[in-house]
Amino acid sequence: MAKKKTIEKMSYEEAFMELQSAVEKLEGGELPLEESLALFERGQALSTRCSDLLEEAQLRLRQLTQDESGELIETDLELEDL
Amino acid sequence: MLRRAMETLTNLFSSRPVWAVGDLTQYIRQVLESDYRLQDMWVTGEVSNVSRPSSGHLYFTLSDENAALRCVMWRPRVARQTHIPRDGELLEVLGHISVYEAGGQYQLYAESLRPAGEGARFAEFLELKARLEAEGLFEPERKQPLPEWPNTIGVVTSPTSAALRDVVNVLRRRFPLVTLLLSPTQVQGDDAPAGVVNALESLNQDGRSDVLLLIRGGGSMDDLWTFNHEDVVRAVAQSTVPVVTGIGHETDVILADFAADLRAPTPSAAAEIATPNREILREDLAFKRSDLNQIFREHLQSLRQSLEMWSIRLKFASPRAHVASKQQRLDEFMSRAENAVEYRMTLSLTAITGLEKTLQAVGPSTVFARGYAVVTLAENGQVVRSITQVSPGDPLQIQVQDGTFNAETQDQPGE
Repeated sequence: MAKKKTIEKMSYEEAFMELQSAVEKLEGGELPLEESLALFERGQALSTRCSDLLEEAQLRLRQLTQDESGELIETDLELEDL
Repeated sequence: MLRRAMETLTNLFSSRPVWAVGDLTQYIRQVLESDYRLQDMWVTGEVSNVSRPSSGHLYFTLSDENAALRCVMWRPRVARQTHIPRDGELLEVLGHISVYEAGGQYQLYAESLRPAGEGARFAEFLELKARLEAEGLFEPERKQPLPEWPNTIGVVTSPTSAALRDVVNVLRRRFPLVTLLLSPTQVQGDDAPAGVVNALESLNQDGRSDVLLLIRGGGSMDDLWTFNHEDVVRAVAQSTVPVVTGIGHETDVILADFAADLRAPTPSAAAEIATPNREILREDLAFKRSDLNQIFREHLQSLRQSLEMWSIRLKFASPRAHVASKQQRLDEFMSRAENAVEYRMTLSLTAITGLEKTLQAVGPSTVFARGYAVVTLAENGQVVRSITQVSPGDPLQIQVQDGTFNAETQDQPGE
């Protein structure tokens, strides 16, 4: 698992999935205190990440076009009146 | 006869209103214009009397073997026509019926026209649909599932379209965690099918998109025809990235919709179908967060309980507990000892009381009662136990039960 991936770089999906598995692991019980505490703290950080992503996310607008040789080029997409 | 005369008379003096021609014509126009069937209709017939004066308007007649219909098309619409009708041609004309009041003529006000047989396109559409269907292009098994949480959403449409704006607005409100990747193309006109195919292929080649939206706002069937093009339909079916179509309005039936993995009724709906709702995500997240807290709390609670239990057991197992238990045994012992002593003492006391009683039974007062007396020498109070203690004339004191009296020894004591 991408367990060691820094939370700040996680996508919503990754963070939420790991949050889910942290909850399930805690539910299973039988964890040493230190481990469950670490899991709990990570779970909290993950849920904060998810919530930040939800509230602060800005839709990114990009455009894929072709140059003369048919190569794909990606540029920002500017929309008027939006 | 009489009745006839009466009728004539009644008519002559009738107070019913009299119509002016203008009013009547206007009325007829209103009647015609209020019939919705006459206000948006295709009419087919043979063209004659084509005239295009300097005004720029286009006049012609449509006719068949039974009737003729005057048609007019105003200059702005004429300018947009790629096809200018010729006499003798069979034509299909879209327009509405109204009245040219000055000429007292009803006529068709044409908005659009096409060579007859264009309608045959529909037959073509059905033929293509049947063919692609037979090939299995529309089979449910071909449909790919949409990703639950897309990161990149590829969009194929015109960069200036309202459809694109609708999609952007929906995504901003609903799921702004994504990147929208537009693959711009014309969606209308002769070049549109190739453009759409190319745009779909570009996004597939780029490979980052998790889902593609093929969208176009509402329009006439003509406007949407690109999406019935065989190449476009095939490109949709062949896309390795799932495709959601949102073309025209709910009621439009388009072949690309059949080939798509999911068909949405409009562009906005396509964006909604392809993304989770932020509101629901918020709720899910809140639930998970409270799950996390509660489970951890319970976990701590159970740790605490188990800690309590073990510390109790520890208390029992510790050396101090041993000492305590020895102390307890000692205490027990001591108390048993004390009890024993006490018991003995109780026993002793009982014995003493018994002895006292015995003593009392054999004591002097009881003996006196039986008639015994105690004799003592008056001079020194010695109890006389032997004859050797007294001589004749010795004064004696004799104690009996109820008192003492004096006496004197008379003769020589002897046995």
